[in-house]
Amino acid sequence: MSASYPPLSRKITNVVMLTLTGLCTLLVLSVLLTILGYLLWKGASSLNFDFFTKIPAPVGQSGGGVVNAIIGTLKLLTLATVIGVPIGLLGGIYLSEFASGWSAFTIRYTTDLLNGVPSVVMGIFVYTLVVVPMHHFSTLAGGVALGIMMIPIALRSTEDFLRAVPRSLREGGLALGASKSETIVTIVIPAAIYGILTGIMLDIARVAGETAPLLFTAFGNLFNSPGWLQPSASLPVIIYTYAISPYEEWHKQAWAAGFVLLSGLLVLNIISRVILARGKKISHG
Amino acid sequence: MRPFDLSQLSKAHDVRFAEDDPTDEKLPWPQFTVADLNFYYGSHQALKGINLIVPNKRVMAFIGPSGCGKTTLLRTLNRMNETVPGTRVEGSIRLGDKDLFSFPATRLRRVVGMVFQKPSPFPKSIFDNVAYGLRLDPAIRRNEIADRVEKSLRRAALWDEVKDKLHQSANGISGGQQQRLCIARALAVEPEVLLLDEPCSALDPISTAKIEDLLFEIKNLCTIVIVTHNMLQAARVADYVGFFLNGELIELNRAKQIFQNPENQQTQDYVTGRFG
Repeated sequence: MSASYPPLSRKITNVVMLTLTGLCTLLVLSVLLTILGYLLWKGASSLNFDFFTKIPAPVGQSGGGVVNAIIGTLKLLTLATVIGVPIGLLGGIYLSEFASGWSAFTIRYTTDLLNGVPSVVMGIFVYTLVVVPMHHFSTLAGGVALGIMMIPIALRSTEDFLRAVPRSLREGGLALGASKSETIVTIVIPAAIYGILTGIMLDIARVAGETAPLLFTAFGNLFNSPGWLQPSASLPVIIYTYAISPYEEWHKQAWAAGFVLLSGLLVLNIISRVILARGKKISHG
Repeated sequence: MRPFDLSQLSKAHDVRFAEDDPTDEKLPWPQFTVADLNFYYGSHQALKGINLIVPNKRVMAFIGPSGCGKTTLLRTLNRMNETVPGTRVEGSIRLGDKDLFSFPATRLRRVVGMVFQKPSPFPKSIFDNVAYGLRLDPAIRRNEIADRVEKSLRRAALWDEVKDKLHQSANGISGGQQQRLCIARALAVEPEVLLLDEPCSALDPISTAKIEDLLFEIKNLCTIVIVTHNMLQAARVADYVGFFLNGELIELNRAKQIFQNPENQQTQDYVTGRFG
């Protein structure tokens, strides 16, 4: 091999492309870090113990917190998960393992359409479905709205991870005399479980930041919301209402709430990546 | 069930069972009797009028070029092809003296076990892999399972290599060990028949030798039908060899006969490496 291998032109191409891809990665990362940093810079003065433990202070007074919104968001996400995940999970199993031909096409198509429904339309839909008959806004309505929004991604990601389980594993189970449903429950789902869990966590992270559907359903609340049938505050909505308010103190708290929400989503994302990586390690030795 | 004359191996449609001495140990019992079998994938006919008898407690190998139908026939013997949409079977197969299609598929597959080309351990521990089939059967007591797992792993000549890591992931052992694990898994439910679909094609020569040794060990426990592309392997392990071409059974005979003095010119060409 001569000393000039590879030729200079290829070396230059290599350096240029490597620099370009590196710069793009840096650009993407810097957007995220800039947002996080900016939120922290603007909201840091409000990030104190009270912020996480107190309800909002009356206008004009300083201090107070957004504990009602934090608890509200956790309750809304719990309810959404309880509603959206079982439907998405079972639908995904059906789509991957049992549906074929036109039924598979129909389910896949409608799910993708549902995924494309603007979130504000989802809010209005649940408003007529839940809020109007009950005559008031509630955590329940918000949870239903977010839950419906979770279905398409839970369903499609479950389907994708189940489909990725090799046919050889299914046949291995069938060849030992397991029925199709026994094979699905004892082999296929366990083989895909880490992927399915990851999909669900990313799904939760996605709806956690939704604002529009909550405006018509959970509405908002300056106090802690008791039970499930009263209007409830939530982080995205509090960011929205505080940000458009005329009060300097609220602006700062909106920044801080944004930082808390984004950090929460980041943690959720990281946890789900760790779960997926661990799952890969277990199933591939 | 009655023993049959070996000259009738490939004439199942008019098989006359040997009446003279049913206790004659030289005459084997039919494990499978396949008569006028046609198999279709959609409109493509993969098997054409197959007639053959698989003798009990012997090793029969199916050889032939890719796409000749040997794997299809193997997968018909435990009705694994039923799980593939668009397939159709015509003709009759008897397991012993019963119609193969009269069993529920799940019960049949416990009697007719199968090992696949690619080692396919479940993403579970080594122990749980072997216990899988046992746990499906409510008649098997929980406290028997550990013993039967050990017995199966010993039969598959894997026990000494894995006894200290039974509860580690089955994906952590080598490909050859994984394939022996799959054999142990199939043997655990004590099938009458073990079908092997090119079990060594993804393995190195040492792992292959271990599996061939193990087939010798288990052939007095169950009937073995093996599909292989490796002619030497067929010559080493099989008592009988069937040669397939384009969905037809060209010749079925004692292994020695097939490799040393085949009756059919096409068989001769194939085993001497002139085509395929």
